[in-house]
Amino acid sequence: MSALATAVSATAPEGNTRPIAVRCRQVTKNYGTGNATVRALRGVDLDVFEGELLMMVGPSGCGKTTLISVIAGVLDRDEGDCQVFGRDFSALAGSERTRFRGQTIGFVFQSFNLIPTLTIAENVSVPLLLNGVGRSAALKKAKEMLAVVGLGDRVNETPNRLSGGQQQRVAISRALVHDPKLIVCDEPTSALDHETGHRVMELLRGVAMSGNRSLIVVTHDNRIFEFADRIAHMDDGVVDKVVGSAKELYGPNMAAK
Amino acid sequence: MLFNDKAKFFGIVMGVTLASLVITQQGSIFTGIMTRTFGTITDMSYPDIWVMDRKVQFIDDVKPLADTALFEVRGIEGVASAVPLYKGMIRARMDNGTFQNCNLYGLDDSSLIGGPGMMVEGRLEDLRRAESVIVDLEGATGRLAKPGPTPDSPRVPLKVGDTLELNDHRAVVVGISKGSRTFQSQPNIYTTYSRAITFAPRERKLLSFIFVKAKPGEDLYALCERITKRTGLAAYTSDQFKMLTVSYFLKYTGIPINFGIAVSLGFLVGTLITGFMFYSFTIDNLKYLGTLKAMGVGDGKLMAMIMLQALTVGFIGFGLGVGIASFFGTSMRETQLAFRITWQLVFAAGGAVVVICMLAAMLSVRKVIALEPAIVFKG
Repeated sequence: MSALATAVSATAPEGNTRPIAVRCRQVTKNYGTGNATVRALRGVDLDVFEGELLMMVGPSGCGKTTLISVIAGVLDRDEGDCQVFGRDFSALAGSERTRFRGQTIGFVFQSFNLIPTLTIAENVSVPLLLNGVGRSAALKKAKEMLAVVGLGDRVNETPNRLSGGQQQRVAISRALVHDPKLIVCDEPTSALDHETGHRVMELLRGVAMSGNRSLIVVTHDNRIFEFADRIAHMDDGVVDKVVGSAKELYGPNMAAK
Repeated sequence: MLFNDKAKFFGIVMGVTLASLVITQQGSIFTGIMTRTFGTITDMSYPDIWVMDRKVQFIDDVKPLADTALFEVRGIEGVASAVPLYKGMIRARMDNGTFQNCNLYGLDDSSLIGGPGMMVEGRLEDLRRAESVIVDLEGATGRLAKPGPTPDSPRVPLKVGDTLELNDHRAVVVGISKGSRTFQSQPNIYTTYSRAITFAPRERKLLSFIFVKAKPGEDLYALCERITKRTGLAAYTSDQFKMLTVSYFLKYTGIPINFGIAVSLGFLVGTLITGFMFYSFTIDNLKYLGTLKAMGVGDGKLMAMIMLQALTVGFIGFGLGVGIASFFGTSMRETQLAFRITWQLVFAAGGAVVVICMLAAMLSVRKVIALEPAIVFKG
C-alpha cells in the first residue's frame, strides 16, 4: 500500500464533526542534500481536532519530532499543506509567524527547558510578557496558574530547587498561562518516574484540555496511552495508523511493546 | 542566564578585566612617559612663547642661539618681555671622585624666570648669592647623594650648604626644589644665566631658549608668526612646544610601537578569551534560547539579550580592570614609574571594552540568528 493510501486513515474519521485544529496534507520534509538526504516526512496526512488529546507514537527516527516541529511552526516543511487553526505558518512573514506561534501554541518539553536564572513565577510569566501583558499583571497571572498546578507556595523559587515532576508542572503552567489553543508536548513524561508521569498526564488532561484546547503529545511511554483520545502511529515518515486506544494499536498484549 | 553559569561568568569577566587592565595600565605608562617628555615645559609655566632655533625638534634638543637674538626678540611688537634660558648638560664631580651628568638650567639673572615652581628647602632668590645652585629633590636624594661614611652605609642626600664641583667650578647648594619628573633621569641643577655660562663648557653660542611674555590681549599665534618672520627663529606657544616634543618621541622612538604592541595584545587576548567564553556560554544555552525563540521571542529581542549580557560583564570587567590599574598607579606613585591615567584614556579603554564585548557577542548572535527553534525538540 502506498504511503498516501495509508495516510488517508489519519484524517477525520467518518461522522466526526468537530472543528479541525491542525490539518496536514501530504507534508514532506527532507534533511541534507544529494546522497545524504534523509526523508524525515514522506507525505503526512493528519487531522487534529479541537478539544482532542492526540498522542503521536512510533519508533525512534520515524519523524514524530519533525512533524510536531512543522505543526508548531518552528520548522518549515518542504511540500504539502499544513494549517493550524486555518493559518499556514509557511505563508506568514517572520515576525507575524513568531507572533502567531507565541499566541496560539504552548510548548511542553522533555527536559522542561525552564530558564534557570528566573524564578518559576518569572518563567511562567514569559509567554504573557511576549504577548504584551505588563510585568506585574503577568506575574500575578503566573502565580495564579502555578497555584492551579499545586505550586502556589513555591513561586519565588528557581527551577533547580524543584523535582522533575514539579518542574514539568511549571512547564505546563508556562504552556497554558497565555491560553493558547494548541499545546505541543514532546515526551513530557520521559524524564519522570511512572507515578509522577501519571500525575503530569492527569494534570495535562484535566487542566490543559479545559477550554476546548487541542493537545499533541509525542511519546514513547505506553503507560500514558490511556490518556489519549486518539493515537497516531508513525513509521518511516508517514502516519500509518490512527486508532482510538493502545489496544487497537498493539493488540491486547500492549504492555510488551 | 550568564550569571547562573559562574565559571563562564567569571571567565568572561576575567577576560574583560585583563584586557581593560592591560590597555589602561600600559596606556597610562605610555601617557606618563609622554607627559615626562615635556615635563620641563610644564614646570616652566611663565613664558607665553618659547623661541628657539628652527631645527629644534624637542625640549632636550638644544641648538644654541646667538645672544643677539634676545635683543631682536625684545624689539618685536607685542612682546612684553623676553628673557634668556640656558639649558645644557654638565658634569658634576662627586665626593668619591666619580662623575654624574646633570641638566643645568641658567635662569635670567634679574627675574629668575624659569626657576623651579616648588621649593622644598631654601628660596629661589638665594640664587643671587655667590656660587649658588638649586638642586632638585630627585637628584639630591638620588644620583647626587653623597656616599656614606662607610662603604655599607646608605648614601647621604645632598642638603643646603653642601658644595658641588660642576665642570671644575665650585657650586654651593642653596635650595632643594621639586618639579615634574622628566624623560631624562639626570638630576636638574638651577642657577643664574650668567653663572651657568661660566659653568658650561666654552662654546661660541650658549643661549638655548628665549622666554617671551606677550603683551596683554596679544594673539599668541600671530606673535609667534611675527617672531619667526622677523628673526628666522622658531616660536611656539607652550602647548605647541609640548606637541612638537611629543610628536618627536612618537615619530622617532620605538616607544609608541612597544606600547602599541602591548595594548594590542591586551585587546586581542581579551577579545579571544571573552569571545570564546561568551560563544561557549551561548552554545551551552542554545536550548533556552531556542525555547524562547519557539515561544515567540524574535531575533531582535534575543540579540538585545545577548548584547545586554555582554555589556553587563563588560562593564563589570572594565570597572575591575580600571580599578586595578588605578590601584597599581597609586601604589607606584612614589617610584620612578611613569604612570598617568587620564579620563581620555579611561574613555578609550571603555570604548575598547565595548568593542571587545560587541565582537564577542557578534559570534554568538550569528549562532542565535541561525538557530532553528526546532532544536528545542531535540532533547
